[in-house]
Amino acid sequence: MDKFKFIINDLERALLTMNHEKAESIVINATSISSPIEIASELISQVLQKIGEAWEEGKLALSQVYMSGVICEEIIEKILPPSDPNRKNQPKMAIAVFEDYHLLGKRIIYSTLRASGFELTDLGGGLTSENLVGIIKKEKIKILLLSVLMLPSALRIKELKSKLSDSDVKIIVGGAPFRFDNNLWKEVGADGYGKDSSEALEIVNKLMEGSV
Amino acid sequence: MTSMERVLTTLSHKEPDRVPLFLLATMHGAKELGMSIKDYFAKGENVAEGQLRINSKYHTDCLYPFFYAPLETEAFGGDVIFTDDGPPNSGIPLIKDIEKINCLQAPKVKDTKVLHKVLKSIQLLKEKAKGETPIIGVVMSPFSLPVLQLGFEKYLDIIHFRKDMFNHLMQVNQEFCIDWANAQLEAGATAICYFDPVSSSTIIPRELYLETGLQIAKQTIAQIKGPTATHFASGNCLPISDLVSQTGTAVVGVSSNEDIGVIKNAFKDKLTVLGNLNGVEMRRWTREETHRIVRDIIQKAAPSGGFILSDNHGEIPFQVPDEVLLTISETVQTFGVYPITKKQQ
Repeated sequence: MDKFKFIINDLERALLTMNHEKAESIVINATSISSPIEIASELISQVLQKIGEAWEEGKLALSQVYMSGVICEEIIEKILPPSDPNRKNQPKMAIAVFEDYHLLGKRIIYSTLRASGFELTDLGGGLTSENLVGIIKKEKIKILLLSVLMLPSALRIKELKSKLSDSDVKIIVGGAPFRFDNNLWKEVGADGYGKDSSEALEIVNKLMEGSV
Repeated sequence: MTSMERVLTTLSHKEPDRVPLFLLATMHGAKELGMSIKDYFAKGENVAEGQLRINSKYHTDCLYPFFYAPLETEAFGGDVIFTDDGPPNSGIPLIKDIEKINCLQAPKVKDTKVLHKVLKSIQLLKEKAKGETPIIGVVMSPFSLPVLQLGFEKYLDIIHFRKDMFNHLMQVNQEFCIDWANAQLEAGATAICYFDPVSSSTIIPRELYLETGLQIAKQTIAQIKGPTATHFASGNCLPISDLVSQTGTAVVGVSSNEDIGVIKNAFKDKLTVLGNLNGVEMRRWTREETHRIVRDIIQKAAPSGGFILSDNHGEIPFQVPDEVLLTISETVQTFGVYPITKKQQ
């Protein structure tokens, strides 16, 4: 991590000013001292985590979190393409928006995780319990990240969980209703809750270590 | 005092007889009428009757014939998805190809049938309210509507990288928003709630708000022929409090994520603060919790007027039990009487 300490602030500044060119040149230069997977899982991951936390503290806006994630995802695609064998070896993971077409939250988490070296399938929006149960079983998904906007959808995750009682999939939730009620994720039986992209990244890292 | 007098007094930053209560229960009227949410919102008559019953049951100080957030995209031709237990939601965004934005035209209120049910409900409420209770009409700000029209990601890309497209979209949405707000005022609305969540500091930084949402709000509000209340629908606004005061709005709807005492100070003598009960948590509040939370907010924000108690989103979830709403109302009647007395520790 120490090897990135001189560039982490520069990269953060480039992202927050949406200077794609500058951000890319910082990352490309870093490849002379580190491997692409290290850059993704340490440098990028750390910067995006910092930006996510700053949003949580009210110091940054969601648009900045989104743009930073998208820029990083594009840069990482170049140095670490999806087919690269150096990408993280991990259980099958997917992300979806439950019963809704408000996709921004999902997109932010998707970008953050991919830019940090994870591979995950984007299932899109407007999915119901029935859709998800079918996909999870067919694709043997082990980690499902679920974004919701509306309270009734959040409450229906309980129903989804019960339909998946014979599966070992872990469901990690996020979205507005959970942000306004800290106990809601437990009430609906989720296996974890990330209130922002930095927490989502932290939870996925813990899942990879088998501690969630 | 009548509700109207109570609200006007607090808007002039003076203390009325008690704290005004805006219980923005948009869907509970369906329950009162024994209807599904879809049937309830199908007719203006239902919503008018629902609002009158809510008003009489919970002693609220406004009538709020707000139907649902995607109504305006429905006017543009978008889909609405109805469920039995929550607010109607928008379907897949109406504009799939952003290049088509340049051909987008504003629907005329007089020719758009889906909007007429709202006007009908306002007309009916006006007859019943007899000027004693404010009727709050609702518009989505031209700056926030694109989230439903084309989706958040595409919209953020346009804001940042396609100024020409952004400007055209704002022009179309402003034309519609002004027409829609003024039609509601003409039908009998007392004021217009200008929902503008994208302008909140939760969503965009202050610098971007200065260039975009603030300018749109100033231009739009200036052409709405009645008072407005700006609502950030659970989004934060403290970092832009000095700017919101310049938009010409009279009221600001604030988030439960920000301290109501700090917010009150930031807007003191400039704007009336509306908020900030947490609607999502409210679903499982006990009677004691409800008392404590309502009293705490009143103590911090009500002294010297300029305050209306409400939820933080502008729409109370359908799952909030009637008992909680009754307890909120009862607490306001008891502890919201001016002068506000200090709570015993």
